[in-house]
Amino acid sequence: MTFLWAFIVGGFICVIGQLLFDICKLTPGHTLSILVVAGAILDGFGLYEPLIDFAGAGATVPITSFGNSLVHGAMAEAEKHGIIGVLTGMFEVTSSGISAAIIFGMIGALIFKPKG
Amino acid sequence: MADKKKKNLPPKAQSYQAFQKQRESKRPILMNCLKAFFVGGFICFIGQCITTLYIHFFDFTEQTAGNPTVATLIFITMLLTGFGFYDRIGQFAGAGSAVPVTGFGNAVISAAIEHRTEGFVLGVGGNMFKLAGSVILFGVFSAFVIALIKTILIQWGGL
Repeated sequence: MTFLWAFIVGGFICVIGQLLFDICKLTPGHTLSILVVAGAILDGFGLYEPLIDFAGAGATVPITSFGNSLVHGAMAEAEKHGIIGVLTGMFEVTSSGISAAIIFGMIGALIFKPKG
Repeated sequence: MADKKKKNLPPKAQSYQAFQKQRESKRPILMNCLKAFFVGGFICFIGQCITTLYIHFFDFTEQTAGNPTVATLIFITMLLTGFGFYDRIGQFAGAGSAVPVTGFGNAVISAAIEHRTEGFVLGVGGNMFKLAGSVILFGVFSAFVIALIKTILIQWGGL
């Protein structure tokens, strides 16, 4: 059942992105930035966690979860160390996404040649 | 802001703007949304399959399985981008391929491959986050502000 909800919720978030493309005529850069900030704000109000429980990868795969996990890491560390933790814990949860992008980007640049 | 700029234009340019707006081809919004829905949903469905694999075979919990899933999806994106398939998916699906984390991976990896000819330090290193940098910047800054406000409210506001 989670599979179906992952499909529907993930697709729905992509439709929001498409509407920002088409109706508001924003560039992909603007759209993705807006979605990340939206994810961070949703987690600030504690609304993103229930969505992940409900939809699984439908909520963790779209870029909104990037904002969510940034806030999450910061809050988890802030509980232990107070205000300083907001800085030190920021990338705690997100590190896999960023490091994967950097590492595979480098490997890709080593293996593949640019086309055209 | 766009309207303010238009007021300062000479009347000829204004009438041209109106004419251009009239002639602009209409975007098939409904069709685009459907494509984005199905492709985006399909990517999330694959993500859910990978998550399930990690939970069953590698002892991750449902809370932590998101991280290796994201890494795996970015790895798949590297292969698709390198062989030139991701561009075609992107042209077809629009936001359906840009909004999932694979779009973020594609932005980083394609920039890295494209600027390889300029050398590894200045080309790949300097341009890798050209497109994805704004996502990281605004994500980190908004997360910082939100976490700061929340921490202050919890610690001194007794929330």
